[in-house]
Amino acid sequence: MRFALSPEQRDFAAALDELLAGSDTPGVAREWADRRCEPGRKLWRDLADLGVWGLLVPEDLGGAGAEPADAVVALEACGYHAVPGPVVETAVVAPRLLGGDELAGVAAGESMATVAIPPEVPRALDADVADVVLRLDGESVTRVPSDVDPGGRVPSIDAARGLFPVPEHGVPLGAARPHAVEFGVLGVSAQLVGAARRMLGMATEYAMQRRQYGRPVGQYQAVKHLLADVTVRLEMARPLVDGAAVTLASSLDPPGADVPGAGAAAIVRDTSAAKVAATRAALLAARTSLQVHGAIGYTAEHDLGLWLTKVRALAGAWGTADAHRGRVLTAVRGGHGG
Amino acid sequence: MDLDIDPESAIFRDEVRAWLADNVPRRGLPSMDTAEGFAAHREWEAQLADARLSVVTWPAEYTGRDASLLQWLLFEEEYYAAGAPGRVGQNGIFMLAPTLFAHGTAEQRDRILPAMARGEQVWAQAWSEPEAGSDIAALRSRAVRTRGGWLVSGQKTWSSRAAFADRAFGLFRSDPDSERHHGLTYLMLDLRADGVTVRPIPQLDGEPGFAELFFDEVFVPDEDVIGRPGDGWRVAMTTANNERGLSLRSPGRFLASADRLVRLWGERGEPVATAARVADAWIDTRAYQLYTYGTATRLADGERLGPESSVNKLAWSGVDVELHETALDVLGADGELASPWVDGYLFSLAGPIYGGTDQIQRNTIAERVLGLPREERR
Ligand SMILES: Cc1cc2nc3c(=O)[nH]c(=O)nc-3n(C[C@H](O)[C@H](O)[C@H](O)COP(=O)(O)OP(=O)(O)OC[C@H]3O[C@@H](n4cnc5c(N)ncnc54)[C@H](O)[C@@H]3O)c2cc1C
Repeated sequence: MRFALSPEQRDFAAALDELLAGSDTPGVAREWADRRCEPGRKLWRDLADLGVWGLLVPEDLGGAGAEPADAVVALEACGYHAVPGPVVETAVVAPRLLGGDELAGVAAGESMATVAIPPEVPRALDADVADVVLRLDGESVTRVPSDVDPGGRVPSIDAARGLFPVPEHGVPLGAARPHAVEFGVLGVSAQLVGAARRMLGMATEYAMQRRQYGRPVGQYQAVKHLLADVTVRLEMARPLVDGAAVTLASSLDPPGADVPGAGAAAIVRDTSAAKVAATRAALLAARTSLQVHGAIGYTAEHDLGLWLTKVRALAGAWGTADAHRGRVLTAVRGGHGG
Repeated sequence: MDLDIDPESAIFRDEVRAWLADNVPRRGLPSMDTAEGFAAHREWEAQLADARLSVVTWPAEYTGRDASLLQWLLFEEEYYAAGAPGRVGQNGIFMLAPTLFAHGTAEQRDRILPAMARGEQVWAQAWSEPEAGSDIAALRSRAVRTRGGWLVSGQKTWSSRAAFADRAFGLFRSDPDSERHHGLTYLMLDLRADGVTVRPIPQLDGEPGFAELFFDEVFVPDEDVIGRPGDGWRVAMTTANNERGLSLRSPGRFLASADRLVRLWGERGEPVATAARVADAWIDTRAYQLYTYGTATRLADGERLGPESSVNKLAWSGVDVELHETALDVLGADGELASPWVDGYLFSLAGPIYGGTDQIQRNTIAERVLGLPREERR
């Protein structure tokens, strides 16, 4: 057993971090919210250069044929830096829904993909910007027109999320590969963990600078303990997310198979557990970070709100924690726990 | 011990209920954090005042009804159950007015209260400064003596509704050699006066719910000092206790949210997964209501509120977050969509910050209610 990132994965994480830290991602996210999307598209092209959108695409289609754990690294970085756009949909779900040239286009960074999967994902994220808009009903994938009416946008608590209802009719593309939803659940869990880590980091830094009653507020035990509690929650979420990635890799039977195998229950169990833990960690991090920042964190001018609103949106996306708790119990009780 | 409502209070409650049923705007009003919404909320205050329902606990000579605290709690329950608009005048009505009743002069009360009760003058509170949040006694904005009054300079911030309000009240350092809570003076200022700059600050929802205030030698006449110069801290403590205690957030608004939450849960098919949390949120709200009835009884018996008002503040700030988080979870994938629940959720997150943060309240409970040793701080 070796349950840790490989040196290559750590290098990949560092490269992503370097790119994103130097890209003013909060500014890009704000522009994206106002539908000035060019800086966002540029960021997506830079991420394509690092291979992010082709991680789970087979090598013969120009992808990396990498493992879900690599996608977790990428999506955690996207969460940490508040990268706007349908990152989960494009990086981990599209490879389960598309094939051929369309998937090759995703891997090359030429097309941004989004999807609605009623009822868990009732609306498609950023369908007005995406190049490929999909719908998944049960097993069947439909490609719907991507010339979405921008006026149909449904406002989200996270201003950067453009949500669009998706028509029922389009061009049928055939059957999805198994576990498309679970890939999405894993991806959003990684994104939540990244966002939680960012909000914890911001709060920790602020607690060292901000002085009240003659000392840094981080010197008060009340504040220390708040931040320590988030740390524990976060550290307990991360292994569940990584573990779910491992399960997804090993239980697709055989790896990468197009039919569900005996590992299906384990996949549901572990991805759902990851979503529950990541959601709890992110919501706690959001509340705590705001609390530690005080009023300044409550302003739109401060960047904390970008993450705080995003994790609240993601908490309900791809199935709520409550729904996933139910799936965990069903999977465990069913004896397919693995 | 009983929970009976006396006949007089019941008649009052029924009158309030009937009036609200006839008058509450069906579609609600636009957000009071917009110019248009602020104006609409002012008009609503005037409408309330015409029915003598704007300031029911005030004496009759100031358009009140001399209502008891219990009657006020009933008023609030009816008010929020009816879905009536938020009170744009709340800072004046619930914080400045009690201070004027306790420390103001008759001249000040006669001059200020009628316009306040009608929403003709909306007040903002100006305590916080960039470097003085929890630690208000670190404030640096100053008042310098001049003929017939004071010249005020400095900066205040996070002042709710100050983007559109008319006047503000707050503490200023009037003795330059003083420290901490000494040498402070409680002043009322005109936000339209020369030397005042108001910079609205958008909040998480994008609307300018509070503002930064810059003062550059703003003249404040002696008639706008409350209490004695230099005695501002003691005067201000009246207001602080009002904010923490009952008057800022009576149970009514949370009871209304709890009922809406239970209804929402029913409409969504009574999902088993959230049943326990919906029930807990309702129970915690009911507890806060009963706790408040207890406090009101003790106050009616002549007792005073002490540090235990921190229990009250923690209870309501916690309940409000619980109610709204639960509602968003009941809504599932639709929880992120713009809605009154989302607005309420974002606002609930501020409750543990303003009016003394949760951490400060816990320190107060631990140190002043339970008597634990004081943590080292200035
Ligand atoms: C929506 C909203 C409306 C507001 N409206 C007004 C208004 O109308 N007028 C006005 O004057 N102000 C207003 N405020 C400001 C409010 O009063 C302050 O935010 C509050 O006093 C806390 O100050 P701060 O934000 O500077 O946080 P800080 O005091 O800097 O606190 C930062 C963190 O440190 C913690 N902390 C600080 N001291 C201690 C300690 N001794 N022990 C343990 N922990 C500690 C706090 O709990 C917090 O978690 C408003 C704030 C908000 C969010």
